[in-house]
Amino acid sequence: MVDTGIGSYFKFSNVDWSSMGTATWETFWMTAVSIIVVAVLGFLLGLLLFETTDSDSLLIKALNWIVSAIVNIFRSIPFIILIVLLLPATQVIMGTIIGAQAALPSLIISAAPFYARLVEIAFHEIDRGVLEAAEAMGATKAQIIFKVLLPESLPALVSGITVTAISLIGYTAMAGAIGAGGLGNTAYLDGFQANNNAVTLTATVIIVLIVFVFQFIGDFAVKRIDKR
Amino acid sequence: MIEFKDVSKTFDAKTGTVSAVKDVNLVIPDGKIYGIVGYSGAGKSTIIRMLNGLEAPTTGSVTVNGSEISALKGKALRDQRLKIGMIFQHFNLLWSRTVLENIEFPLEIAKLSKAERKAKALKLVELVGLKGRENAYPSELSGGQKQRVGIARALSNDPEILLSDEATSALDPQTTDEVLDLLLDINKKLNLSVIVITHEMHVIRKICDHVAVLDAGEIVEQGPVLDVFKNPKQAITKRFVNQETDTGSADDTNIAVEEMLKKYPQGKIVKLTFHGEQASSPIVSETLRQFDDIDLNIIEGNIHQTQEGSIGSLYIHLLSDNQQSIDGTLAYFQTLRVETEVIERG
Repeated sequence: MVDTGIGSYFKFSNVDWSSMGTATWETFWMTAVSIIVVAVLGFLLGLLLFETTDSDSLLIKALNWIVSAIVNIFRSIPFIILIVLLLPATQVIMGTIIGAQAALPSLIISAAPFYARLVEIAFHEIDRGVLEAAEAMGATKAQIIFKVLLPESLPALVSGITVTAISLIGYTAMAGAIGAGGLGNTAYLDGFQANNNAVTLTATVIIVLIVFVFQFIGDFAVKRIDKR
Repeated sequence: MIEFKDVSKTFDAKTGTVSAVKDVNLVIPDGKIYGIVGYSGAGKSTIIRMLNGLEAPTTGSVTVNGSEISALKGKALRDQRLKIGMIFQHFNLLWSRTVLENIEFPLEIAKLSKAERKAKALKLVELVGLKGRENAYPSELSGGQKQRVGIARALSNDPEILLSDEATSALDPQTTDEVLDLLLDINKKLNLSVIVITHEMHVIRKICDHVAVLDAGEIVEQGPVLDVFKNPKQAITKRFVNQETDTGSADDTNIAVEEMLKKYPQGKIVKLTFHGEQASSPIVSETLRQFDDIDLNIIEGNIHQTQEGSIGSLYIHLLSDNQQSIDGTLAYFQTLRVETEVIERG
């Protein structure tokens, strides 16, 4: 007989802790790898958007328009649809459409444009005068990027990646539900489908804890680097 | 030497072309502090920004020490910029860097080694009087201290020219004077040319050797500071000079003069203007010794120091039963080469 009452949430004897551990690791791995790629890709895209804003050159204007359009399109596609949409591409890129690896392309493609916008905003927040001062000192474009843009916007970049990481954790759960593994998969298959509410609750608590850990690390880092 | 030759600059705006700078011709000698004064929107910033190529003239040329800035591009322009320091109204320091690291910033751009950078920056910290605050972040400094960091940063690559873009406009009067003294000190110590743009005549009077007055993109008057203060020709220059020489009591003085004229119809009210050495000679007491039947009443007086000497004015009321003594006194003032102006009724 299947117990579906409130009490069922607390039947922790039904939880398979070893597979829960594996699922936690998968979620963590998917999130960590995609954050690293998203941080780099989003930074580059954001920089491209920032540097091509308000240019007089028609070519650069066109580039800004194209990048901006791509960013907006991929930001608008609901994640669950994006995964399905990218399945054939995932098969080609990753060689599989099952497991944590297979979730990476859609995770990255959905989060990188989001982060790119945050990066662009962070760069626009920097005082124009500071950039002009660097230019007046004879700095090259690369020196301005690495010695001014990056350090001066670092707190915003870090809090942006924190926000992105947290929404990525949400995405991994969604991806998990359709076969990417991880806590989302566990909560859906072993919890919901098997009428095992204790598993669903445990997976939820672990995800919440992971979110808290990311938020805490992000907040701490921002506090340390912000000298304003 | 800096030379502006027939420099004009127009901007394209939505409402049509805006002319920011019109036919500016300027020659700025080495080692001097040259002031450009004007109201906001007069084109001061555009002019100073042409000196380091942040702004390019639409027509004409800007030459700094033999190289035509307005024709430089890319690496050549960046190399030239290394030789020109600039300080800003809002300091424009990097908040993410300490005082020392901010000062080292231009040296990093110039690719000096870590050891060289540190040695140089430490010397500059001392020069601008910030010893002990090397490791503070800008957010921990006062406005005046931030501008000192800005000055040290601008000097770090041993520039030939220092540009000051409203550098004291965000500071309180006392801090302004401290920063101005520092600029003057640096100009003397390093024999550095300094170009100052400002809307405050106070800055011009306190540190500049020469001044150019800018009105709606045109230079309407220029010359040595003392000459311009003594003898302003254009209406706008007079306004600027008054802004500085009036003690704020100009209206009060006028009222007092009116009252005096009513009260003592027989006397004369005289405005004396002194320049340079006359400002320190005891004219009043000498006059009283010369003419013992004269009564002399001081209404208002002021004196201001410029780089080339003092300038002052004194309103006095001469009273005597003997008209000849009054005329004699006025003639005596002439012999002392004091500018005399008798204020008439009305």
